[in-house]
Amino acid sequence: MIHDQARYTREDEAVHEPLLSEKTEETVDVSDASPLPDDLTRESLTLPAPSEPEVARHYTRLSQMNWAIDSGPYPLGSCTMKYNPKFTEDVAADPNAAVHPDRSGRSVQGILELQYRLQEFLGDIGGMDAVTLQPPAGAAGELTGILVAKAYHEHHGNDRSEVVIPASAHGTNFATAATAGYDVVELPSGEDGRVDVEALEAAVGDDTAALMLTNPNTVGLFERDITEIADIVHDAGGLLYYDGANLNALLGRGRPGDMGFDVMHYNVHKTFATPHGGGGPGAGPVGVVDELAEFLPTPRVRKTEGNGGYERFEPENTIGKVHGFAGNWLVLIKAYAYIARLGDEGLADAAAKAVLNANYLAERIDLDVPYGPFHHEFAATAGDRDAADVAKRMLDFGVHPPTTKWPEMVPEAMLTEPTEIEGKSSLDDLAEAFNLAYADTDEALSTSPNRTAAGRIDQVGAARSPRLSWQALEEE
Amino acid sequence: MSGADGSPYAPHTDAETAAMLDAVGVADEEALFDIPDAIAFDEEFGIDARSERDIRTECSRLFGRNDDLTEFLGRGHYGHYVPSVVDHLSDRAEFLTSYTQYQPEISQGFLQALFEYQSILVELTGLDVANCSMYDAATALGEAATLADRVRSTSGDVVLVPEQLREGKRAVLENYCAGAGLTVESYPMDDGNADVDALAERADADVVMVYAENPTVRGCIEERLAAIGEVADDADALFTLGSDVVSLAVLQEPASVGADVVVGEAGALGLPTAYGMGLGIFACSDDFIRQVPGRLVGASEDARGDRAFTLTLQTREQHIRKERATSNICTNQAWVALRAAIHAATLGPDGLVDLANDCVREAADLAERIDDVVGATAPVHDRHHVREFAVRVDQPAAAVAADLEAEGFAVHMIGEHLLQVCVTDLNAERADDLVAAIEEVI
Repeated sequence: MIHDQARYTREDEAVHEPLLSEKTEETVDVSDASPLPDDLTRESLTLPAPSEPEVARHYTRLSQMNWAIDSGPYPLGSCTMKYNPKFTEDVAADPNAAVHPDRSGRSVQGILELQYRLQEFLGDIGGMDAVTLQPPAGAAGELTGILVAKAYHEHHGNDRSEVVIPASAHGTNFATAATAGYDVVELPSGEDGRVDVEALEAAVGDDTAALMLTNPNTVGLFERDITEIADIVHDAGGLLYYDGANLNALLGRGRPGDMGFDVMHYNVHKTFATPHGGGGPGAGPVGVVDELAEFLPTPRVRKTEGNGGYERFEPENTIGKVHGFAGNWLVLIKAYAYIARLGDEGLADAAAKAVLNANYLAERIDLDVPYGPFHHEFAATAGDRDAADVAKRMLDFGVHPPTTKWPEMVPEAMLTEPTEIEGKSSLDDLAEAFNLAYADTDEALSTSPNRTAAGRIDQVGAARSPRLSWQALEEE
Repeated sequence: MSGADGSPYAPHTDAETAAMLDAVGVADEEALFDIPDAIAFDEEFGIDARSERDIRTECSRLFGRNDDLTEFLGRGHYGHYVPSVVDHLSDRAEFLTSYTQYQPEISQGFLQALFEYQSILVELTGLDVANCSMYDAATALGEAATLADRVRSTSGDVVLVPEQLREGKRAVLENYCAGAGLTVESYPMDDGNADVDALAERADADVVMVYAENPTVRGCIEERLAAIGEVADDADALFTLGSDVVSLAVLQEPASVGADVVVGEAGALGLPTAYGMGLGIFACSDDFIRQVPGRLVGASEDARGDRAFTLTLQTREQHIRKERATSNICTNQAWVALRAAIHAATLGPDGLVDLANDCVREAADLAERIDDVVGATAPVHDRHHVREFAVRVDQPAAAVAADLEAEGFAVHMIGEHLLQVCVTDLNAERADDLVAAIEEVI
């Protein structure tokens, strides 16, 4: 019974863990201790000074107050929270991989070869001709891709100022376009939840640098008109950008490159199962078609002529750099290991099971799903219930809830992405948690959660009077 | 298992798959894909699935092909010994395999850890606010420039940076600045420090931000930080200071010299040298609290009246504010921040100050010994140094660096006759051998 699965019960133990600073604090007189002249040093430093056993208990206790994919289902729409295979951690922990980025190319042949192989893997999977591994996250990949598009237009003497983005797109798309200096043209969704081709035709023109698109889109719908969409954008002289957040639905089934996309990013912490680490590090490699390769960040990696080795090189018209060094290298190793473990069949099966799981779960829940046919994720509507409240109540039933209140095209949206890692019984439990919460009383919903380390948290108060450090708390 | 060739991480038995297909009302998985035939992919990538053991063996062999060099490398990426406890605690799956804390009630652990990380940075910088993380020092610097552009009262579009600055860092900054319509210009250096007089001459109404580093890219400690701060202030420009989490333990507190923003690298704690993977610091004064890029954790209360933590001021962020967000950053370096916090806690203030002081002493000692070698001068700049310093060699530096590599040592080549050497607790024991090798090859 799902009620017994609740992981954190109030009866269990006291849930409060003091701050490190509340346990132990020491002040060091720096000017005394330092070999430097006093005018170059700070006076003192005050920080917690716990023993190693105290450190171990503090962080172990904190970890016990934290949900994770290894705790249970994490069906956050657009986030692709997959199980992170443990062996990839061991691969990445190899001390020989932990070298300095300023080492000469000839002294790090092993690293360059793995980078090259991962570039090849990603190029094959996305249908792209050239790949950079430098961007340290998905949004950084977006920025890289849009900067590449910008460099391409400038190189060809095109002065274009706009990026077109569907209203249902990830917030990062809009912010990325603005960061790159573009004006955003928002494209309303069509009746069926997809791109409205007529609206697109009206939106694109001589000022269009690119259209940014996610496919399947953020309610799991495949943009069936993608070839026509690509033609419209290309005919206007623009480029087509693929946001890789939903690539898990396409593995081995469809490739952005075959659909007319010119540039894309991959979220390896989503699609290729590298651990999300509570919000990073991720990695956001970018793939492009041949015409854009010369603008990619520097350095890239290629095979050397003849001797079977690998070398770094600077693309002819590079945009420069998007990370101080080579990106989140240790994360990229894990992505390589994951892809090698699955191979062709495993990748295609992951997509198939992700799509099957989403469809099965949608079938089992009592909430309506307004749009279809969806792939790896679906946006259920909580109708006259508050989606955020339903989500909070789900916490009491031992699962992590879906993404709520987004995308806006679905009222009281609960965007759900189970991924391929849940089996039938796990999905049945998840559906039960959904249904129990959805059918619960108003009071139960508004007073939930009750079985978590913390009760409902005052978000408004937190933002109204920000207290962002233990120093701020001590001042009160 | 979903058949022999399926994903090993999809738990479906054939019977379960069949039951699920039945419930959905389709004959097979293919029927669920709404991809037109013309663009469906029905070929193969040619990637063979392999066993865990195979992959581990292969990668281990691959990485084993890297030359086994003793690195005396720094210039923004540093390795210090990371205590075992950092690995063991941060690797707990509840941390490692968790997502962003959008449901704070079941993410209290990570939120508190990030709150504590922010607090450590507040102490080190003396500023009011530190965010959860940026990708690295270079992207943090880029974000600082765009913040300066947003908050500065008068118009202007110039960001001033030191002439001696890591090239990659400047390249990243240029990309952030280009989008914001800003241009990057350098001010000259004077013997490894900022030339404050030249800087004052250049700092006019066009300047939105003045950037300085302490220590500089060549390891020099800046001796006139407060004067740089005043120059920035007089020009009504933001003063952004770059540093790293270890140096900050002993060097002048940024707030005390008038820094508005501190950026830099915190991956010197918690991470080994990781081919450049880092942890970006971003701290600033309260004045800019609603302009900070990235995530912030704040303290609040829950319905039971207990203290609780939550991501806050999210209206700054891309998922709410879209094109008007303070940054496009979403996923950042949270787990690295956790590791840095655990490392800092394990060291305590004593241990952290000792580590920083050792970086000062070791650099001075090694420079002195290299200076004794005929044909080498160190340090090039008559300054105090942290970890690293420049070395002038009579011979072409590229040849000396290549010869040293052949002897098993990696150093930086930073000019025709300039090398740079970085010493920390991890390579100090090989310092004698490096000096001997330099003697040999010069």
